[in-house]
Amino acid sequence: VSDQKPLGCWSVKHGQIITCPVVCNFETHEYIAVHDDKVLRIWKNKDINLDKVFKATLSADVYRIHSLPNGGPVVLFKGGGVRTLDVLLEAPQQEIENIISDEVIKWSEAFMEGQQPVLIFATEKDGDFFVYVQKLKMNSLCKYKLEQQELSKPLSFTAYIKNQIITLLCLYSNDSVYKALIPLQQNSEDEEQILSKSLLLNLSVSGSVLKGTSFAVLDKDHIAVLGILAASGEDSKECLTIWNTKFQTLQTSKELPLGTSGQLWCYEEKFFFTHGKVLTVIMYKCETSSLAAAVGKLKDRQTPDVSSFVNWNTLGDEELLVSFPSQQSAALKSESKMTLRSKRNTVAKVQPDTLSVGQLLLNLKDASTTVLEEELRQLISKAQMPDLQANIGCVITALINRCKTNPKYYPRNFLLHIVQTRDLSYSLCPDLMAVALEKEDVHLLQICLQKFPDIPEEITYACLKVFLSISESCLQRIDVNLESVICYIDIEFNDKEVKTEIVENGFNAELEQDIWDTKIAKETHRTADGEFCPVGPQKAALLNAVLHSAYSETFLLPHLKNLPAQQAVLFLRYLYYLYVKCSEKINTTLPGIQSPTISQIMDWMCLLLDAHFTVMVMLPEAKGLLSNLHKFVRAQVRFYSELNKIEGSLLELQRLNHQKDFQTYSIEVLELI
Amino acid sequence: MGEFEVHRVRFFGLVPAGVRCLACQPRGGRLALARTDGAVEVYNFAANYFQEKVIPGHDARSVEALCWAAGERLFGAGLGGDITEYDLARLCVARSVDGCGGPIWSMAANRSGTQLAIGCEDGSVKLFQVVPGGIQFERNLDRRKGRILCLSWHPSDTHIAAGSIDVLRVFDVCSGQTIQRIMVNYHVHKVKRECIVWSIAFLSSGTIVTSDSFGRVQFWDWERGTLLESHTVSASAVLSLSVSEKEDSIIVGTSTGATYQFQLLPVKMGSLEKRWVRTKPFQHHTHDVRAVAHSSTALISGGLDAQLVIRPLMEKIQKKGYEAALRKFTFPHRRLVSCARKARLLLFQFSQHLELWRLGSTNETGKDGEVLPLCRMPEHLVQLKSKGPEHIYCSCVSPCGSWVAYSTASRFHLYRVQYEGDSVSVKKVPKVPKLLLPAYQLQFSADSGNLFVASARGSVHVLQLLEPGGCKHLHVLQPPSGCPEAVYLLAVSADGHWLAAVSGDWAIHVYNLKCFKHHCTVPMYSCAVTALAIHPITNNLVIAYSDQQLFEFSIPEKQYTAWSRTVQNCGLHKVWLERDSPITHITFNPKNPSHILLHDIYMFCVLDKSLPLPDNSALLMNQSTLKQLPETARQRQLHAFKICKKFQPLLFADLLDENCLVMVERPIMDIKTQLPLPIQQKKFGT
Repeated sequence: VSDQKPLGCWSVKHGQIITCPVVCNFETHEYIAVHDDKVLRIWKNKDINLDKVFKATLSADVYRIHSLPNGGPVVLFKGGGVRTLDVLLEAPQQEIENIISDEVIKWSEAFMEGQQPVLIFATEKDGDFFVYVQKLKMNSLCKYKLEQQELSKPLSFTAYIKNQIITLLCLYSNDSVYKALIPLQQNSEDEEQILSKSLLLNLSVSGSVLKGTSFAVLDKDHIAVLGILAASGEDSKECLTIWNTKFQTLQTSKELPLGTSGQLWCYEEKFFFTHGKVLTVIMYKCETSSLAAAVGKLKDRQTPDVSSFVNWNTLGDEELLVSFPSQQSAALKSESKMTLRSKRNTVAKVQPDTLSVGQLLLNLKDASTTVLEEELRQLISKAQMPDLQANIGCVITALINRCKTNPKYYPRNFLLHIVQTRDLSYSLCPDLMAVALEKEDVHLLQICLQKFPDIPEEITYACLKVFLSISESCLQRIDVNLESVICYIDIEFNDKEVKTEIVENGFNAELEQDIWDTKIAKETHRTADGEFCPVGPQKAALLNAVLHSAYSETFLLPHLKNLPAQQAVLFLRYLYYLYVKCSEKINTTLPGIQSPTISQIMDWMCLLLDAHFTVMVMLPEAKGLLSNLHKFVRAQVRFYSELNKIEGSLLELQRLNHQKDFQTYSIEVLELI
Repeated sequence: MGEFEVHRVRFFGLVPAGVRCLACQPRGGRLALARTDGAVEVYNFAANYFQEKVIPGHDARSVEALCWAAGERLFGAGLGGDITEYDLARLCVARSVDGCGGPIWSMAANRSGTQLAIGCEDGSVKLFQVVPGGIQFERNLDRRKGRILCLSWHPSDTHIAAGSIDVLRVFDVCSGQTIQRIMVNYHVHKVKRECIVWSIAFLSSGTIVTSDSFGRVQFWDWERGTLLESHTVSASAVLSLSVSEKEDSIIVGTSTGATYQFQLLPVKMGSLEKRWVRTKPFQHHTHDVRAVAHSSTALISGGLDAQLVIRPLMEKIQKKGYEAALRKFTFPHRRLVSCARKARLLLFQFSQHLELWRLGSTNETGKDGEVLPLCRMPEHLVQLKSKGPEHIYCSCVSPCGSWVAYSTASRFHLYRVQYEGDSVSVKKVPKVPKLLLPAYQLQFSADSGNLFVASARGSVHVLQLLEPGGCKHLHVLQPPSGCPEAVYLLAVSADGHWLAAVSGDWAIHVYNLKCFKHHCTVPMYSCAVTALAIHPITNNLVIAYSDQQLFEFSIPEKQYTAWSRTVQNCGLHKVWLERDSPITHITFNPKNPSHILLHDIYMFCVLDKSLPLPDNSALLMNQSTLKQLPETARQRQLHAFKICKKFQPLLFADLLDENCLVMVERPIMDIKTQLPLPIQQKKFGT
């Protein structure tokens, strides 16, 4: 805040001491202060002299006043008694009970739960800490003893309320934050309960330890801690830090060289703290916590068109269930009892139908393959299932797990069926393609490449490599979707004559002969229609699937460099063939469904040349290909530059035509039918 | 159907005046607009945004601010220093009061409409009481140096915020004292330029919104004098600002022609904390957007490029219909051109002069789309300049071309034009009868023997024209039940038997001219009449309404015709109804009695009553399709509406003879070249 000016200033008489923070009553816009422990002052904005405003002397010492929106202020006395301000003002001298005998209140906080105010405060006596929860309307008080911690004690507390559960966070002197849950629906009032706590966060990062002084909760995954960062052997400095509790990481920190008072307030997405002599306000924003964000690798999605949405929350639970019996969730065990309970709650809320999927998979774990497939088929055919996508993901994961354990087992047709009929994504069943690669199931890979929007570049490359290396004879026997190649590929040699006639583009006809000497013209001529597809139709279809998949150059290029030289040349040859094919048509598109576009072909060609530039230059068999490619591209550039010239002339003609319109008078003929 | 020889005329050099200010009637359905030439116009939201009333401008009467007060009363104030009340029934100035503070820059009415505040050149803010029959000076508020450029009342009527140069001030209306003074350039350290607060709005929450010459829209807490939010929307000035009645949306206009909408939105879904967010940018104008208004369903902006743009807020509109269309009005919704059919003359009406032109001719014929060589060029015959500061209300040339008449607010002129070979002589008719002025529409009879003058209180004067150059007052036609509003449209039958007159209350009265009697009233329809004409043979009155409905009313039988009933039963084509500009002229082809010729700004249409009406599945604009079909196939595709969109923007179209049309266009580009250069904006690093 650069423009700091006080909007109002009031002071008490000399000798009086204000003993608790002044609060504002949001309903009446009054300020409430306590001085000398017992004297209550209430005034409005327009009052100037604090001596002349309303005054009430109470019978007991006030610890704090909490002001609640829609709830009115609540007064907490040092003896643990609680009164609303209204009740107190009716009879200021009323007797206030002492609940906590010789414990000392360390911290207090108030919330609104539904319509009733709830007050929570922590006390200390001889190193033991107690937590009290007071529900004002019901006049019920619960006492808890905070579980002891070896060699450290709480420095600071904070709490928030959600779903009738108070979450109490404590900052301990051993630089850790602990969490304890206090359910509000507690009936056993009298007995003192032990409040168990769990470690939420350790405030240490790469050797240096943050000595926290105060902290605040930002959202369910983030807390902010103000404290002194002490690295061994270095000067300690004060910092404001934001931590991600889900992934135990330090999200960001800000150094505060001028020092603070050690207090931090947080209100409406802004931090307030004193820094040096000024009040500093910092706005913050918490993004939804994700692993990518936590490790600092939040990148934009590669593929913009994700065809379906997946409910990630239920997915998480499902995966949990699937992997639970296989004892893979070691991490799960380490989670506290309380968190587990909350997890279970969410699971219980899930539709019973969905729950049965997980159970079904558990049941089928040891079933025979035929039974398993039959059951799963039935399961999948159930239409209108909630979170269908997530469930199918689980089914595939289960199948793949089985494949991994049993190398002989591979339900090829079943997997094909699922992938073909459902809108899946790579991330939903990450192991599927890996297994398919292992089995060299090219048809499944082809379908996956066509259907999945989010295949990592590494897998795309692996597919390409498999496709290029697999022998043609091998492919003859495999059923591959040929839709993308059937319309343009030359199966027979004797199509040649027909082909030359339907050439629409001028690059190899008269124009070419005008520009180039006959030798080159002949050569290009042969390239354009004489060269045949260097790969069989099956392989071409597979390669087309690769060309079609989405990728990012930066991530693909390093993998592509590993492609063996012979395969790279073959691929380049095929790309060149496609390029020539494309250029035959005036609209430079290949016929057929899912056939590659000219820009995809060009991009891959460039990428391939980038990756294998030196190899291509050195390799004798690539020489002819490269020279042909170069000539062809040069011819095209010439051709397009001629077209540009024609366009310019035509534009000029059009402009001349338009100039007629500038006449202010004409007689024209108009026919209406 | 046939070929026409079209005289395509583009020499009507009309440059519409820029829009200076806008005022939405509070809780009402009207928009008042003032132009830089002092003209005031009223648009009716309910009548499809029809330009219902026009009060022509005046050289000495600039209008800087308009406001509605006491319900339906409209006040204007300007640099002349006067506060003017307009008579919206008689379409003239009702009364004028000197503000006594030098030029007036701003004016605002309080929410209850009982008081007017004006901001003057001398830095004073004066309060006037709105009383029946006028306004009364009430008091001066605390005066400081610096002209008051904008004013806004707090909705509770207790405070006024005023914007000046470098500063904005808040006055307490009761005490008249300045109770807050905020320097608006306080936060700009390096700039020494002065910061002009162009526009201001006082919200009920106590927030003051200002727009200034630094291109900022700022939100202030008036009690604390602190800046709450600042949004820089433009590199040049933000000239105008308007807040919706619910105070959840703001529109601002900048000098680059862009307008922006701000909306008060919660920072998160379901959050109570709300912030002003710049949501929608629009670039409908090329020049300064001097005026903006925020109606309940639309953002309205008016620029110096003379355009009025009404951009509906789709989220506030339940169904697609008239309200859902983006509208751009550049030209008036009435005719500024009249045509002498027989003499082939055109009369153009400008704000302060008239031009009479003779059309050219050709001997050739040709095929569709061909431009024929001219054997005679068009000729500018006469320019008639109106003396004095008043602008012209209406004008007309007689069918024979020998009479020209026009009217200003206080004077009526009639001229006799004689053509001898190539020379033209214009003689003013000396003693014109004293009429109730101004005249709103002039119409000569088909034989050029009579002139009909549309006048106030629903009356029409009939003048007889005498050779060689005189005139006599014959009669005054008046509706039997009386009418407070002025007549704004006239139509006379070719046989001189009938006259139809439309007054501002949208009632159509038909008079018998043989006995000067009221003949009948056309049944009332709930929309404004935009054009009407009487068929030369059947004496059917064809009426176009602003909701794009068409009616045909038989005058002799005093009832709607069978065709009209068919049209109402079948309904007009959806595309026809969704057009956003009104029909401004209707005419007929005497050789083809079933044809009705009509046009709006964007199309010319021949309506052939003998053909079936198109249903919604048919293509309404099917001319180009028809041209591609062979003769035999055409027959099945034909429908009644033959629409031609070749001529745009079309200000006037008329039939000269059987197959000869005249179309007067005014290309927008030609207007743009007359305007000063717009502020240059950097585009793509040029």
